[in-house]
Amino acid sequence: MLFFVVPLVTILAVALETGDSVNGFTLTWNFSIFPDALDQYQTQFVRSFLYGGASTVIALLVMYPVSYWIAFRGGRYKSILLFLVLLPFFVSFVIRILSWQFILADDGLVLGTLKDIHLLPDSFHVLSTPAAVIAGLTYDALPFMALPLYVALENIDRGHVEAAADLYASPTQRFLRVILPLSAPGIYAGVLLVAITNIGDYVSAAILGGPNTTMIGNIIQQQYVENQNYPVASALALILMLALLVGMFLYARAMGTRSIQQYV
Amino acid sequence: MVVAERETHQPPRPRAEQQAPRRRWTRFILPGYSALVILYTLVPIGVMILYGFNKAPAERLTFAWNGFTTEWYRHLFEISDLTTALVHSLEIATLSTLIATALGVPAALALSRYRFRGHGVADTVILADIAAPSVVVGASLLGFFVTLNVTLGLSTILIAHVAFNIAFVVVVLQARLADLDESLIDAAQDLGANPWTAFWKVTFPLIFPGILAAALLAFALSIDDFIITSFVNGQTLTFPLWVYGSVKVGIPPQVFVMGTLIFITGVLIAIAAVLVQRRAPAATI
Repeated sequence: MLFFVVPLVTILAVALETGDSVNGFTLTWNFSIFPDALDQYQTQFVRSFLYGGASTVIALLVMYPVSYWIAFRGGRYKSILLFLVLLPFFVSFVIRILSWQFILADDGLVLGTLKDIHLLPDSFHVLSTPAAVIAGLTYDALPFMALPLYVALENIDRGHVEAAADLYASPTQRFLRVILPLSAPGIYAGVLLVAITNIGDYVSAAILGGPNTTMIGNIIQQQYVENQNYPVASALALILMLALLVGMFLYARAMGTRSIQQYV
Repeated sequence: MVVAERETHQPPRPRAEQQAPRRRWTRFILPGYSALVILYTLVPIGVMILYGFNKAPAERLTFAWNGFTTEWYRHLFEISDLTTALVHSLEIATLSTLIATALGVPAALALSRYRFRGHGVADTVILADIAAPSVVVGASLLGFFVTLNVTLGLSTILIAHVAFNIAFVVVVLQARLADLDESLIDAAQDLGANPWTAFWKVTFPLIFPGILAAALLAFALSIDDFIITSFVNGQTLTFPLWVYGSVKVGIPPQVFVMGTLIFITGVLIAIAAVLVQRRAPAATI
């Protein structure tokens, strides 16, 4: 606790300092750094929310049917199937993304083969495009999305579904009016978990992306670690945190949840 | 009479009616789709294992496949920087797991057993720590260390890992403690056990599976952490940082071999943990 709150307050102070790494920083209550930083890196902020949001939605759409299938039709293979979905957790995060670089590379497994048999022109490439970055983010999100969805779907009382069927609900109605609303907590938790991770991620953009796919995480890391421009980096981190908090709050309101803690 | 009449007019149950005209092949859409998605999630794992066997020229992996070799398994620890980085990762994971568990268990006990001022604040902070994006956590820790003029290195990485691991340990344990039957502890004390004995003879054995699960999670999170570590590492490299750093100059195949071995170890430990917990019927994951 000490190592979370105190540092957060510290970077607020650091953000308000001016100076450089050679002459040292002094606290000057430079509040204008927030609008300045936001102005300068607006593209990256928008891009982060765009990529993070897109990958979250895709992961949800891809994983919901799979989680549904495992929870409702998995039978005695349930745990094994869930284990298979969660297997990527056991591979080091950086290596997971790196694998995709090998798969998507111009002369890699997929594109190299397709080019050899002349299905694709030699100039075709995937790496460095937004699609590659979003694909990496989405892949990383799949197990994180699957787990809460599965837990929520698994907890649904099958009696409710049968009751709906007895009351002449068609399969579509049973899904839309019983299963989907009852699985909302899982959707809520999964989306929250994935969106926060992916909006702040910079590894996917760094390994799979190019100069035009830089996300805000890359900027914060660069400014902090490479340029040692502590005030700007701190300001950016705080803006990101604030934006996410506001987003979470609005999202919680929209989903009609009383407390986020219920689902985390 | 009215009731009976209504029953005779009841249409056939729609469930049976709808299943009859349903075309057969549609039954396979959902399982087929799910199998494809699961296969897709396994592709990068396959690539990692496969490229550990790739005959790479000049000891750096190219994207192209050059033939099969077990050379990299035989020369696994040949790159001394990489080996050092792996040792750092293992050291930090072990230490941060031990410290975070030692600090997290009493914290979780306090949070679940006692109501005190600041309870809600403590809960919120722990959740915020888990929910906050890693870049923000990393950046704020770095700002903190820089302000205090702490030299960055193994010790700052360790502090950072302990910090995020405690939050996870507390959350996992709190969920377990919610199921703990408090009357068992009261019973032990009624029978003359002092609080210390009651803890070690009753509470601890009951929550041990939870502590084990929390410790395993902490270890896994620590050994895999990249983003937070990349802020507070200074000149020290852990395994994920070394791998990231070598992306631009070329990946030696040993990276994928180590990745494969870590993967296999993790899977075996997970399976063992599940089997152990199955034997104790009271405990669930």
